[in-house]
Amino acid sequence: MSGQVLVWAETKDGAPRRATLEAVGAACKVAAPLGASVAAALIGEANDRAIQRLGEVGVKQVYRVTGPEFTHVEPCHYTDALQAICTHSSPRLILMGATALGKDLSARLAARLRAALATDCIALALADKHVVVTRPVFAGKLRARVALSSSPAPIVTLRPNVFPVPESQTGGAPEVVDVSCALSEPSRKVAVLETSYTTGEMPDVSEAEIVVSGGRGMKGPENFALLAELARLLGGAVGASRSAVDAGWMDHQHQVGQTGKTISPNLYIACGISGATQHLAGMSSSKCIVAINKDPEANIFKVADYGVVGDLFKVVPLVTAEIKKLK
Amino acid sequence: MNVVVLVKQVPDTEATVRPDNSAPGRIVESGIKFIVNPYDEFAVEEAIRLKEAKGGRVVVMTVGPPRSEEALRTCLAMGADDAVRLDPSGLPDLDTFGYAQLLAKAVSLDPFDLILCGKQAIDDDIGAVGTFVAELLGLPHVAVVTKLEITNGKAVCRKEIDGGTQKVEVQLPAVVTAQKGLNEPRYPALRGLMLAKKKEIKVLTPSSLGLAADALRPVYQVEQLEAPPARGKGKILQGEPEVTAVELVRLLREEAKVI
Repeated sequence: MSGQVLVWAETKDGAPRRATLEAVGAACKVAAPLGASVAAALIGEANDRAIQRLGEVGVKQVYRVTGPEFTHVEPCHYTDALQAICTHSSPRLILMGATALGKDLSARLAARLRAALATDCIALALADKHVVVTRPVFAGKLRARVALSSSPAPIVTLRPNVFPVPESQTGGAPEVVDVSCALSEPSRKVAVLETSYTTGEMPDVSEAEIVVSGGRGMKGPENFALLAELARLLGGAVGASRSAVDAGWMDHQHQVGQTGKTISPNLYIACGISGATQHLAGMSSSKCIVAINKDPEANIFKVADYGVVGDLFKVVPLVTAEIKKLK
Repeated sequence: MNVVVLVKQVPDTEATVRPDNSAPGRIVESGIKFIVNPYDEFAVEEAIRLKEAKGGRVVVMTVGPPRSEEALRTCLAMGADDAVRLDPSGLPDLDTFGYAQLLAKAVSLDPFDLILCGKQAIDDDIGAVGTFVAELLGLPHVAVVTKLEITNGKAVCRKEIDGGTQKVEVQLPAVVTAQKGLNEPRYPALRGLMLAKKKEIKVLTPSSLGLAADALRPVYQVEQLEAPPARGKGKILQGEPEVTAVELVRLLREEAKVI
């Protein structure tokens, strides 16, 4: 064995997030040619269910840091914990999901360890023992191929929904190593008072496999219920264009595009969205794009795999009804 | 309350960007309209509001070529008091560490209570400079903030996370990065624009900050920029909604296999 690839295991409600499982999958792929194994850093809670799940997807070792100061994910505190784990394990590469907290934590950790940082990557490879990543820049208008210095170990965050979740395998449970850690000076000056979730049962736009989005053509906030119904039926999330957000119809959390979220769901359904450059940048790497718009000249049709020219207020409920019939 | 705002000049959101084939990692700049990074605008606005409420000064700072002084002047016109440009000319293209080291050195020349910046620049989309500056200065940071309240040397922030928010308390000085929703940036008034034109912009070089080129050597190197693969031509369905809706569901199920 030669070293480890370390994945930060982000959990929600006691289970590893999908983005974490995807990162473990990517870690297994790069670890194999290096002769390395995959380890996970589990911070905050002693959690047997999460450890078991991590083992199922290929994690051989879990480094665990527990304590009341790690109840909420706070990047300074979690950087202290990850630094302690890295001192213990000297990983060759550190991966995490490019979730909101993953991006935040990876930045602080990279600064602490003086490591190369690449966020929101869509491809990861080894070339001459260097890590080379591909990441969208300018919100996806271009892609950058980036070489990362290998010492200290680079830190890479992976865009959700791009890397597959590995198939579960049966095998031994991962070995658990408890690591202790003292808080740094900056960590003692910051505290999370409260964490609250607002989207309820729906996944966040950034990691939903299906996103149903609305734009100016929605005509008002009340009509987003049409999209929510379809999204719920498909287990997806509701997105919005910048004009819908700027009009105050939807919260910015839902915005897709250059000043919102850049996403790659399996299916993106754009309703009443004309397709401004900054919006296309944020969603055109979706695997399948559907556009529903009454203007046949709308820009959105240029990137759509399937376009429906028609009144969304008629088409969307019919689509919802048809899918209900099939379920 | 003295606030330093870190800003970056970036191509406009509506700009079409093309790789510059003669310079790996760069884009063709001719014909591009440059703006203040939109997330940095929220930071500038917040700093000016804090100054208006509590007094003190607002300094805006950027790392960039001479053209980026235009972005600084926009910030001055909004109401910032002083502007500093850190000139990276002669250096290889900087990475996050390079930017952060220059900014951290320059920021620490004068006392400050708070550093604000956008949560990410919309060109490289890395979103780490503010956090790096915090770490280099040994300060705490709070990223992606949509609400900021300052009392008695502490800031209480509302921070956006996936599908929710966190309420975070941090002792000042600290670094806070701005998310859309923090405020509505003002348009500079004509008088502000006139005054901003006359203001002197301080220019500092790495060597004047005591930073050797060696310390700024990038660990993140863009080898190539390219356009994403073009999407194939899609199927367009026209006609009665009763027909197109059913056909769309069939295609999504049988052809694309996504539902």
